[in-house]
Amino acid sequence: MNGISGTGILAQLLEVVLALAAAPLLLGWVDQWRARLQNRAAPPLTQPYRVLRKLFHKESVVADSASPLFRLAPYVMFGCMTLACAIVPTISTDLPLATAADAIALVGLFALARTFLALAAMDIGTAFGTMGARREMLIGFLAEPALLMSLFCTSLITHSTSLANMVETVVHRPYVLEPSLAFAGIAFTIVSLAENARVPVDNPATHLELTMIHEALILEYSGRHLAMMEWAASLKLFAYSCIGLALFFPWGIAEIDSPLVMLVAVPMLVFKLAIGGVSLALIETASAKMRIFRVPEFLATAFLLAVIGLLVHQLLEA
Amino acid sequence: MRALLGQSINLYAAFLLIVSFAMISQRRILSLVHLYTTQGVTLVLATVTVAYLTNQPHLFASAAITFVLKVVLIPILLHRVIDRLDVRWDVEPLINIPTTMLIGIVLVVFAFNLALPIAQLSSSIARSTLGIALACVLLSFMMMIVRAKAIPQVIGFLAMENGLFFAATSATNGMPMIVELGIALDVLVGVLILGVFMFQIREQFDSLDIRHLERLREE
Repeated sequence: MNGISGTGILAQLLEVVLALAAAPLLLGWVDQWRARLQNRAAPPLTQPYRVLRKLFHKESVVADSASPLFRLAPYVMFGCMTLACAIVPTISTDLPLATAADAIALVGLFALARTFLALAAMDIGTAFGTMGARREMLIGFLAEPALLMSLFCTSLITHSTSLANMVETVVHRPYVLEPSLAFAGIAFTIVSLAENARVPVDNPATHLELTMIHEALILEYSGRHLAMMEWAASLKLFAYSCIGLALFFPWGIAEIDSPLVMLVAVPMLVFKLAIGGVSLALIETASAKMRIFRVPEFLATAFLLAVIGLLVHQLLEA
Repeated sequence: MRALLGQSINLYAAFLLIVSFAMISQRRILSLVHLYTTQGVTLVLATVTVAYLTNQPHLFASAAITFVLKVVLIPILLHRVIDRLDVRWDVEPLINIPTTMLIGIVLVVFAFNLALPIAQLSSSIARSTLGIALACVLLSFMMMIVRAKAIPQVIGFLAMENGLFFAATSATNGMPMIVELGIALDVLVGVLILGVFMFQIREQFDSLDIRHLERLREE
């Protein structure tokens, strides 16, 4: 790959800072639209920041039986998600860190975070934590192959597994109607809903014992640990949104020979994320939460779509 | 523009495949009928596109027949049967749905491989979609096999005919008119007869489950 340039480092730093700062905002935006669509009074856009501030100021209480892993997990989660946000090309494809991990390693990064989350949830030994961990792993092991398949589908089209290269190729190719890319996009959307604990699979706003998954996992956390967990969750949503936007709607991104495009790329990204947030709220309002035993079917559909995308690419476009 | 239209045939083909899978995974009879209608609409669009690109007036005619039959007439008939039999809701497939989908993927791989050498012999504009047409036929076959109730089986049969029609359009730019008319009327008559059958089955067994037909004994 290319050497590391000054603008590359600048872009990298800008991306990480943008991700850290904007991730709670995206969550607030989605919540606001959800409330509006459901005829409720909308919380202010800055609500997630207030929650984070409140949590950081509170004392964090840890159960007596907790092992060091329990204290470590929030930081691992946060680190994984920050790194994921750094790898995904959001405003520029000229990223020094992008060579560190390709699409497959990115999936591995999410898996690492999930493993730690599940282990920490089981660490205390409460019934809810264990139940949440089991459900999370069930969803994870079904969502992962579908995610990989939909990423493979795009990398088959672009002949690369590095996210930055994939995005560059997609931007530069002539406009062709590509059914396989559409399938991969739909599959990716389904996986993102499941991975980010969104409505058809899990309700992010509920603390109802029998239905919660994500909330059950972080039930034992408080104070700054909980703040890290919440922040990491919003970073995960941000990362997934950015992967989707980068692979399927990459227009307006800056490249290695045009660093000044970054000035346009930032408002462009904000605009795309805003649209994405509204559509996420729409999906969440329009669909009902499904039974946990229907989730395998839902994710099997995603897997199927991605595999069909691969096959259709081989048949029609190769 | 022409290039985009040519690509749009691929898009329609891919959409047909997705609708076939949706039919396999669908539990509700009413949604099955809607999916069948969608399949018909896609078929009409694909046929019109091929007709326009290859300048074949008879394909326009066959698209018109498809529209009248498969988008209007047969769905109305099916809706009427469903209303009269009062079976709108769930149908349990014999095999669970994720397994069915995985078998479906295997069928698609098989069909694509099978169609590859055949498609190379053809000179038609949409020849690469032959594999998809074949896959739709096989998937509809499977739907007829894994469903226990009579109406989904009939819809599977109809979907299979859609797949065959698409195969004919993609491989040879459409069958001769007389064959097409014959098949279209056959399908219509078939639906009418099967409708009567369904009433008879229910009269006899108080259910549309065709497993009852396997028990043959004198009353």
